[in-house]
Amino acid sequence: MRYAMAIDTKKCVGCSDCVVACQTENNVPIGYCRDWIVEVTDGTYPQLEIEIRSERCNHCENAPCVRCCPTGASHYEDGGTVLVTHHKCIGCGACIASCPYDARYSHPDGYVDKCTFCLDNRVKKGEDPACVSVCPTKCMYFGDLDDPNSDVSRVLKMRKWKTLIPEAGTKPHVYYLI
Amino acid sequence: MANRREFIKISSIGAGGLALAANTFSWSKGMSFADDLLSPDKKGALRTPTYCELCFWKCAGWVYKDERGEIKKITGNDDDPHCNGRFCPRGTGGVGMYHDKDRLKKPLIRAEERGKQIFREASWDEALDYIAEKLGKIAREHGPECVALFTHGSGGKFFGDLMKAYGSTNIAAPSFAQCRGPREVGFLATFGELVLSPERTDIRDTKCLVLIGSHLGENMHNGQVQEMSDAIDKGATIITVDPRFSIAASKSKYWMPIKPATDLALLLTWINLIIENEWYDKDYVEKYTYGFDVLKERVKPYTPQWAYGITGLKPEMIYDTAKAMHDASPAVIVHPGRHVTWYGDDTQRSRAVAILNALLGSWGRRGGFYYPEKASLPDYPHPPYPKPKRTWRDAFPGKFNLANEVLSTGICDASIPNTARDCTFKAWLVYGTNLIKTLPERKKTLEAIQNLELLVAIDTMPMEITGYADVILPECTYLERYDMLRTNPHREPNIALRMPAAKPKYDTKPAWWMAKKLADKMGLGDYFAWNDIEELLDWQLKKIGSSLDEMKRIGVKKFPRQYDDLYFWPDQDFIFNTNSGKIELYSTDLEKEGFDPIPKYTPHPEPPEGYYRLIYGRAPMHTFSRTINNPNLVDLMDENTVWVNPKVAKIWYLENGQEVYLQNQDGVISKFPIKVRVTERIRWDSVYMVHGFGHSNKKLSRAYGKGGSDSELISKVMLDPVMGGTGMRGNFVTFLTEKPVEEEVAS
Repeated sequence: MRYAMAIDTKKCVGCSDCVVACQTENNVPIGYCRDWIVEVTDGTYPQLEIEIRSERCNHCENAPCVRCCPTGASHYEDGGTVLVTHHKCIGCGACIASCPYDARYSHPDGYVDKCTFCLDNRVKKGEDPACVSVCPTKCMYFGDLDDPNSDVSRVLKMRKWKTLIPEAGTKPHVYYLI
Repeated sequence: MANRREFIKISSIGAGGLALAANTFSWSKGMSFADDLLSPDKKGALRTPTYCELCFWKCAGWVYKDERGEIKKITGNDDDPHCNGRFCPRGTGGVGMYHDKDRLKKPLIRAEERGKQIFREASWDEALDYIAEKLGKIAREHGPECVALFTHGSGGKFFGDLMKAYGSTNIAAPSFAQCRGPREVGFLATFGELVLSPERTDIRDTKCLVLIGSHLGENMHNGQVQEMSDAIDKGATIITVDPRFSIAASKSKYWMPIKPATDLALLLTWINLIIENEWYDKDYVEKYTYGFDVLKERVKPYTPQWAYGITGLKPEMIYDTAKAMHDASPAVIVHPGRHVTWYGDDTQRSRAVAILNALLGSWGRRGGFYYPEKASLPDYPHPPYPKPKRTWRDAFPGKFNLANEVLSTGICDASIPNTARDCTFKAWLVYGTNLIKTLPERKKTLEAIQNLELLVAIDTMPMEITGYADVILPECTYLERYDMLRTNPHREPNIALRMPAAKPKYDTKPAWWMAKKLADKMGLGDYFAWNDIEELLDWQLKKIGSSLDEMKRIGVKKFPRQYDDLYFWPDQDFIFNTNSGKIELYSTDLEKEGFDPIPKYTPHPEPPEGYYRLIYGRAPMHTFSRTINNPNLVDLMDENTVWVNPKVAKIWYLENGQEVYLQNQDGVISKFPIKVRVTERIRWDSVYMVHGFGHSNKKLSRAYGKGGSDSELISKVMLDPVMGGTGMRGNFVTFLTEKPVEEEVAS
């Protein structure tokens, strides 16, 4: 089982609902976030295009954060999800420095926090991650890459996609439909 | 002259212990928050139904609490057609409104202390007695017609009923004259029907969606954004006309970067092209419309070449887009927009939009405009309302006859003493609308306020308008109260319940309680004959085969349609609600009132050298200034910026992030600086900012002084002579890179 997310940049309007839904679902303190919106504008008036991406931890298959964690707090869980065990984390920040996606932050309670794909609180109960479930444009797909019939497998088969900073060799599990 | 009504910062209240004031009011008998009143979801989590109050789309959802019983999150109700189980960022962030520590907490009355005006805390009885007595006096001395209600929000209904019982029908929603009025009047004149909210646009099934200045995606009206996303999935052609590269423009096959204020030229040219090339729906036009031949004749001069010179849009693009609409017809929507008070000829522009839809045969067709239906609820029995001797219309004899709602700005004008008017307003009740930012021409608003004998503000938050009130009534948030059932029209008639998920924090009350209590004190108790709102809602629900208990469990209930289909059947005979019984391409209503029966292009003023047209709009995470202090939403966007094209930035040596002040054509200077955003996404002749920022009430700890206010720079209005809409896109600004010398600053 390999959990992955695909996000359709053609449908995303960058409303940030995923950000606030994650905050309320996961008790992320105000002022911090596990996911965020990136908007890239290219061209000159009037030949323009915008790519909007809802970004988060890529739950990499080859995760530098897991490799560099001195205590084993950062680790792989079910479906290749990368998680942080809060009580094992000493807050040293090595993982924050190693992440090419800047996906982690220091929680005010002293540990490092980031996206969990809502593994324990939602996915294991058969629900989609909070961001996916609220998105008004339905631009996010979540599921198991090993299941050819999952939403995420199907949409990756049908559409052109990319991952972020592939040259870092991290093998991300968040895909962007382009 | 000293201001009789100085702006008071609520922070000046002296008495301590305010936040801890015990809530002694037994606010609804039999009301408890025992778990048995909550309905478990599929996973067993406890939740209460609500519909959202952060904007006016009113999505229905569920409020969840954590183990400690604190409100934790809000999600959409899967059965709700407004949201289909998915809330927008504002709805999801609605929790912030409940948790906001800057909320209004206690009734306040304006008082004078050592020559200085202050707000003093009052009990509910004292505050309501004060209002009742003043309203009684005004009724005796001037007549109840001299009182007006401004309302924008669910609880306004109860104050509206109170006004009608009292004897005034001057109940104004600024959303008419400052927002959607022209489209309603334009469509009413054409189809004999309103556009309504949620809009009756069948975006879900459209093949071509044309947006004119409408920025869906930034304007986060949930159902429409969802349907636009579905349309993108299905490969619909989107055409966006906007001087700004909006998010919607970025999703469009055709973005038409039009010169601002020339939209009507484009619309008339499209109409001409569609007629010339016989791209219109001939059977439909023949069967259903009135005035085609005159229209054909009148639009002949509007060629793509002519329009090129006016709009800056290439003739081929105008042609191609007209063809794209024809190819998709009748599954095409030329969207009526929502905020359409731009240039003073807005009813005529909305008429052109309506005419275009009629030619393409999209009205009453799948993928075009559907026929919505709403569930009707009986009114709780009450004595007949007294017939007022006067209304706001008496202040404008012979004018705005086609306005089908009350003009907020009309009431404002008629509150300024004027020997030519016989209806001078003496008191305003203001429910949930920050008139200082809502109404253009702030000077006039402030002058009107100075002349009132009573100004009551009912709100959840200290706003700019609350600072001018004589009495402030703090309302609890939508998460802490009942309101009337939501009955907005949709594809399927449906109702939604809002019930409290928590007890009201502080000493706040729901609107229904305030209005009923006030009615009792004014001797109008018979008009509110129910004991509490649960009794009222249960009575209404039982009349339509449901009950309050059922609604608490399900939140949303759908009913079968009573009439017709969503769309016309092929060849259906149909009598439209117009003078001719047809879709009026040629408007007999407008003709009768002395206006052009067919829209005409007239040029609008352009910015003087060194000035740029001020365009404003929405951000998906905020609703005007009402969400501007919500901690969750401020976290997503805490200030606005002024968008400046790089060419313009170069001329003015402006850099990204630099703070500037803006000065408009009348010399009005923004109170706060605003940061520059240098971006290719805006035309070189315009600047853009998100509306609602630049708040001047210090009590809003997160919003005060953040960003700039477009509304303070809108000192010039281009009045729509047809229906009194206030065109606000005719203001021009320039940059001040140094802090201006402070003169007297209003509010």
